[in-house]
Order: sequence, then C-alpha cells, then structure tokens
Amino acid sequence: MATKIRHLHRHHTSPVSESRTVQVIAIFLCLLFMALFLILPLWSVFIEAFAKGVGAYFSALANKDAQSAIRLTLLVAAVAVPLNVVFGVCASWAIAKFEFKGKALLITLIDLPFSVSPIISGMVYVLLFGAGSFLGPWLKSYGIEVLFALPGIILATIFVTFPFVARELIPLMQDQGTGDEEAALSLGANGWQTFWRVTVPNIRWGLLYGVLLCNARAMGEFGAVAVVSGRIRGQTTTIPLQVEILYNEYNGAAAFALASLLAMLALLTLVLKSFLEWRFGDELAATGRH
Amino acid sequence: MTSTTPKRDGWRLKQPSVIPGFGLTLGFTLAYFSLIVFIPLIALGIRSAGLGFDGFWKAATDPRVLGALRVSFVTALIAAGVNVIFGTLIAWVLVRYRFPGRRIFDAVVDLPFALPTAVAGIALTAIYAPNGIVGHWFPFRIAYTPIGIVIAMIFIGLPFVVRTIQPILEEVSREVEEASATLGASRFQTITRVILPSLTPAIMTGFALAFARGVGEYGSVIFIAGNIPFVSEIAPLLIYIRLQEFNYVGATVIAAVMLIISFAMLFIINLIQAWSRKRFGYGN
Amino acid sequence: MQVRIANVRKEFDRFPALHDVSLDINSGELIALLGPSGSGKTTLLRLIAGLEMPTAGKVFFGDIDASEKTVQERNIGFVFQHYALFRHMTILENVSFGLSVRPRATRPPAGEIRRRALELLDLVQLSGLEKRYPNQLSGGQRQRVALARALAIEPGVLLLDEPFGALDAQVRRELRKWLREMHDRTGHTTVFVTHDQEEALELADRLCVMSQGKIEQVGSPDTVYDQPTSPFVFGFIGESSELPVTVENGELWSGGRAIGVPAPDSKTGEARLFFRPHDVELVEHDASLAGVVTSSRRVGGTRRVELEIGGEGHKVEIDLPFDHPAGEKTRLAFRPKRWRLF
Repeated sequence: MATKIRHLHRHHTSPVSESRTVQVIAIFLCLLFMALFLILPLWSVFIEAFAKGVGAYFSALANKDAQSAIRLTLLVAAVAVPLNVVFGVCASWAIAKFEFKGKALLITLIDLPFSVSPIISGMVYVLLFGAGSFLGPWLKSYGIEVLFALPGIILATIFVTFPFVARELIPLMQDQGTGDEEAALSLGANGWQTFWRVTVPNIRWGLLYGVLLCNARAMGEFGAVAVVSGRIRGQTTTIPLQVEILYNEYNGAAAFALASLLAMLALLTLVLKSFLEWRFGDELAATGRH
Repeated sequence: MTSTTPKRDGWRLKQPSVIPGFGLTLGFTLAYFSLIVFIPLIALGIRSAGLGFDGFWKAATDPRVLGALRVSFVTALIAAGVNVIFGTLIAWVLVRYRFPGRRIFDAVVDLPFALPTAVAGIALTAIYAPNGIVGHWFPFRIAYTPIGIVIAMIFIGLPFVVRTIQPILEEVSREVEEASATLGASRFQTITRVILPSLTPAIMTGFALAFARGVGEYGSVIFIAGNIPFVSEIAPLLIYIRLQEFNYVGATVIAAVMLIISFAMLFIINLIQAWSRKRFGYGN
Repeated sequence: MQVRIANVRKEFDRFPALHDVSLDINSGELIALLGPSGSGKTTLLRLIAGLEMPTAGKVFFGDIDASEKTVQERNIGFVFQHYALFRHMTILENVSFGLSVRPRATRPPAGEIRRRALELLDLVQLSGLEKRYPNQLSGGQRQRVALARALAIEPGVLLLDEPFGALDAQVRRELRKWLREMHDRTGHTTVFVTHDQEEALELADRLCVMSQGKIEQVGSPDTVYDQPTSPFVFGFIGESSELPVTVENGELWSGGRAIGVPAPDSKTGEARLFFRPHDVELVEHDASLAGVVTSSRRVGGTRRVELEIGGEGHKVEIDLPFDHPAGEKTRLAFRPKRWRLF
C-alpha cells in the first residue's frame, strides 16, 4: 500500500525508500543468489530424474527395493508424526495453560533436538541399544531388535522431529490464553469437552502447520536414520537411504527418480505452508521460526 | 488476587488453576521427553565420562578428529557469514520491495526446511560438479572440495538467517526512518546507522543458528564434500565412520565435543535474546 | 521562518487527500492544524516536511521554493506521535544524531555535539537520563527526548504530528503547558497537528480547521470559536445545537412562529440556525423557541437538557443552572443570545 504510493511519484523517491536503480540491483542479486542455491538444485532433481526418459523414471519407481523403501518411509512417518502430535498437544497444554516452576527450562529443552547434529541423534540410540550396551542384548534375548530394524528407525525419526508440533503450538496457545477454556468450564463443560470443542478448533491450523513440517522432516530424514538403519536392502532402507545407495552405485537416474518423490513432497509442503500462512496467518503463531 | 505471601504458601509446583489436565499433560510431556531425548543424551554423557579425562583428551586430540572438527567449524563459519550478508539482503528485499513473484520467492526461502538433505546433497553435487550446469563455468573445482561443503551449508542455513531477520525488519517502523531523514541523514546513513544496528540482535541470532546447523549438517554435505581426511572430511561424517567401525569410543568423543559446542551456541543465542529484550525491549 | 503553502493538491492513487490548499504561516507563530481523521491535516504537515511530495502546487520556506528540496535539505524538526526514537541508541545518542550525520564540512566537533545535546536535554528537563535507552523512559519523557532531538538541528520550522496523542490525559495536559512555554522561550515557527480541539484552542496562536481535504477556516482561537464561518466549524469546535428555520421579513421563524431573533438582510428562505448550548437565555412571554424537555443530566456545574422543538422531532440542547427544576415533559422557552445562520 504505502510502498505502492511512493513509487507513483514522478521526480522524487520517497525519503524512506531506496532509488529505483538500487532496488533493481538488490532484487536482481537476491534472485540470482536464490536461483543458484535454491531453485537450480530443485530444478535439477527433475531434470536428472528424467535424464533417461519417462520409461526409465517409472521403472525406477516400480523397482522392488524402491517400493519397499516407499512403504517403509510412509510407515515410519505414520508412527512418528502422530506420536509427536500427542506430545506437542500435551506439552503446549501444560505450558500454555498453567504457570509452574521450571517452565522456561522445559521450553528450552523441547528445542534441544534441533541443536543436535542428526548423526548424533542417531548415534545416541546406537549407544543405548548397540552391542556394548545394557539394553540391546537384554531386548534381544526377548527377540526384540531395535538397532538395524524398524524400531530404531522410528526412534531416530521421532528424535529429530520431536520439537516441530510443540514449538508451533506453544506460542500459539500462549497467545490465546486461558479465557476460552475458563468460559467453557464455567458453562458446565467438562475437561474433554472443553479440549475438543473449544481448544482444538482454536489451534487446528497451527496444528496442521506443525504436522506439515514434522511430516516433511520425518519422511526426508537422512543422517539420523542412516546411523541406525544398517541399510538392509528391501528391509531397512527408507527413501533417502535408497537414494544414497543408488547414487553410490552410479545409478544417478534412478537415485534422482526416487529423490523426485521427496522433492515433490517438499513442493507440496511449501505450497500448503504458504497457503496456511496466507489464509490463516492470524491463527498461526509467529511464522517462519523453525 | 490473594495477598498471602509465598513464604506462608510454601513451595508449590504450580499456581492454582480451574483448568484440568495439568498432571496428565505435564506427566506425559516429561515421560516422553525423557524416553526419547533425555535418557539417550545422558547415556552419551555417561559413556564419554566413563573414558576419564585422559582417555577423552587423547581421543579428542587425535589429528584426524581435530582435522574434521576444523573443517566443520571453518566451513560452517564461512557459510554462516555468506548467509548473513545475503540473508539480510533477501529479508530486506522481501520485506521492503514489491516485485512480480515476490510471494513465490518468499515461499522458496523455506525450501531447505522442506527438501530432504540427501536430495539437496545429490542435487547440489549434480549442478556444482565439474561437468554440472554451474560447475563447468568455473576454472576450479567446487564439488569434492571444501568449497562444496560451504555451498551445501549455505543452502541449509539460509532460511535460518532470513526468517530470523524478516519479522524484526517488518517491525521497524516507517516513522523511525522518517525521523532519521528529517534529521538530515542520507538514505545510506539511515540504513547503516539506524536500521542495521536495530537488526543486530536478529542478525547475530541468525548467524548463530545457521552456524550451529552447518556444523551438525550431514546429509547435504557428504555427497558434495569429497570426504578426504584432513581436507574435506566433516566431523559428523567421522562420527559415522567410527560407528561403522564399531569404534564407539571414538564416535562418542567427537559427538561429545560437538554437543558441548552446540549447547554453548544455544546458550549464546539465549543470552543475545535476553540482552536485546532487556535493553531495547524487543527480542530475537 | 515564514512558510507559504500555495495551491497544493495531493492525490494518493488518484484519491485526493488535499484539494487546492493555500496557507500562510507567520514566522514564530504556533499554529494548529485541526480536523477529524481523514481531513488531510497530517498529509499537509508531511508535505511541509518533505515526507510527501505534492501532486500540484508549491511550498515556500521564506522566499525559497522548498518543493524541489528533499526532506534532508529542508532543515525541519519533526516530532512523531509515537516518538520514533532510535531504540538501540542512548538518549544522548538520539539527541546528537542529527548533528553527527552531517557531512564533515558542516559537522561540529564531537565535544561540541555532546555539549549541545546535553544543553537540550537540560532544556527539556531530562538532565541525568542521557545514558538511558528509550525503552527505559516513560511516554512523556520519550516525547520530550523526541522534541530535543528535533531541536538539535536548529530547524527552521518545527512540525509536530499529534505529539500528545499516545499519552494519557494527565501527562498530556502537563506537556501541553510545557510546550507552550518552550515555544515562548525558543520562538520557533511551529505547526502541530491535532484532532483535539481543546488542545488546539489552549495551545495555538492560530487555528487552521480542516475537513475533507480543504481548509475550512483560519483564525485565532477566539475568532474560530466566536465567528465560525461554516456549519462544519461551528459543529466541530465547541458544543453546538442546530435547528432548521425559515427567514422571512427580517425575522427567523420555526414551526410557523417568530422566535424573536432578527435575521440578516441578505437572507431569505430556508436556513440552519446554530448556537451554543450555554449562549441562551430563558424567556417567559416574548417570542421565543419553545420545546419539551426529553432528557436532562447534570454536567459539572450546569444542567444540560435536551428539548424537542415543534412536532417534527428536531432536538436541541441548552444549558441551565444545575439547580433548575426542569424535569422531563417540562415546557421551556428560550432565545439564543448569540447565533450564526448558514
């Protein structure tokens, strides 16, 4: 609005804006930078994926190992994301609706997995369940494999996606305060009714936003999963791991074909995320802090 | 409210409230956090403490470990520096200028959050390789050298800088810039002496976040890095190699060093924000 | 410095904010731009400052055409409603800013800048706070810092945009008095924008009443209050009552009765009568306006009653002594002592 007005003027640029030339140069520099570092890589995923034609693309996706990797990725996300949603809702309920000792510390701790290298996130489970540990052999004696098996992959995925839902909901619910819930309780609703009929409608878009980001990371996680998976083909390789295996076997087209699925997921995530920000901006917490 | 002093109340975990569910939600939160995050990290701490100081020091000062840490920190530092410059510029352009496609570019900034790191890694390698569409313009190699590591870290760190600065820049009121102009400051002086200084806490936070992310990054880096010990081998990769060798001690030591440093970074970020909130009345 | 605004027009996206406005501001006077929101008063102030450029017309500072000058070259002091202090700078750095950004040739030495900034902080009664940050001051203190900062560059004109708008009533009244004293001491040509008529009447040498992008009236507070030249000004400044009347035979008529008010020769036909509620006298037998009390409430030292005049539902308000016995349905007759006809 105000900026638009400023540019209409004939001679003078507004005192609070830069000259048109400076603007054009700055915009050009930014677009060039973003093209080189962001857009070109995304673009090249699809170019490389179709480098050997559409037929090769689809046969790469139809490959038995690829199919198994897709199934495993979906399964892992289907377990990890709901668990983190339950955690996120619980944590934000406790933090936003109550005043208690140690709250600030808890908020900091929830963000902890973000400051841990994904390799270390996977490694902690290797130490916990690996050969030299106490837990691993004990579980094994009951026939439960954690490491180099599905449970390990799920645990590592939960670790790296741990904060996504919570950190979206906490500021949102803190902003909303406790007024609505207190009103519902005073009108005779019980705790569950209050939660489902008052709180959930208030936070649904923020929740969806968190789920979106959590899911993108869960399906795409590489480092943490690489450490715990053991890379047993057709059994413990997720899509990102299968991409790496194919790439290291110099099967670039197949690697990029599988990668293009994840790239499409990323694009879909971005589109939905932008839509939520545009349409329900006021119902999301301060956006863009990840 | 009540006039009773805390002394008479005695210690209590939570302020009274009519809202139910405190025990259930906090209990679940703490249990889940302990199981998934806390206990595994403590296990790592106990393992490294078990080495004793001498054992720890010996493993941490192994030349290859030091080399990998140096590569990780130097490249992350450079990448965070580049990201601060371009991230600030991008935040500026996105907040201040109107041009066709602005919304799309704004959305694209988040691509590194959404695109899996392994995909980013092989894609960056493809275009910056010596025969890639960007790489073949350069007389020197980019991929398979430390420059490639920096490129990958720029990719991964950019949104942290942009998204930290953007909301603060949006808050800088037009009145403040107009005030500067009425006092005779040129546009350049207004930017360098009024706007950028008020963004300093956000820029520092963005730098710290991008740096921390770069140091820990694995997936997007290993494909483009070349992974030559002492030259282009990053610390997370060395942890991975040690784990593959079942050398858990070696892996634990590197991990412990990296964790200490990233927690220090986290602490610094919190200090910056607390300081800027206290002094200027705004955070981030 | 004298400021002359000559036939200025300003459009935002083809939407006119000011139509052909001309105004002469005398050197050393304190003039208020007064009007409701959307009247164009802030736009006019920003045009003088150079924060906006006119679509047509010119602004003169003395004999110099300032229209072609940028805001930086105009040497004006501008005070914003929300202070617009630099929050990463101390109070002293804020006040020094204008001098320290000057090109080397005209910039005073650092010691001199500091001395002058401290002097100004003394003038605005904030000595001792120079090391604080804006965040650590109250609203009233911040606005005084903003004023000191604007005065530091020795501006030719001081422009204030709703300077007390963000402050609470008590601080507002204090600062108003204080600004008047400051002005009397420093003698800057000062233009300030307000929507608060009480503030304008108390503070300004002259008022410029604006509405819908036009100047309605310019004059001293007394002139504007006692001789409004338009229905808008009568209604906007002070309390007013309005009644449709007919002018005939040199007299005013309402509901077929002469009301005992002589009409100016020039008019005849339908007209609107304006008077102030407190400028009336109750009459018993003479020709007068008569009505039935529909509501009555005590306002401070007087009683304000609303009367319905005639059968067409026209309502006016008049003031009575607070102990007047009039209650609802009481019939009262009165005559305005002073009035305007439009």
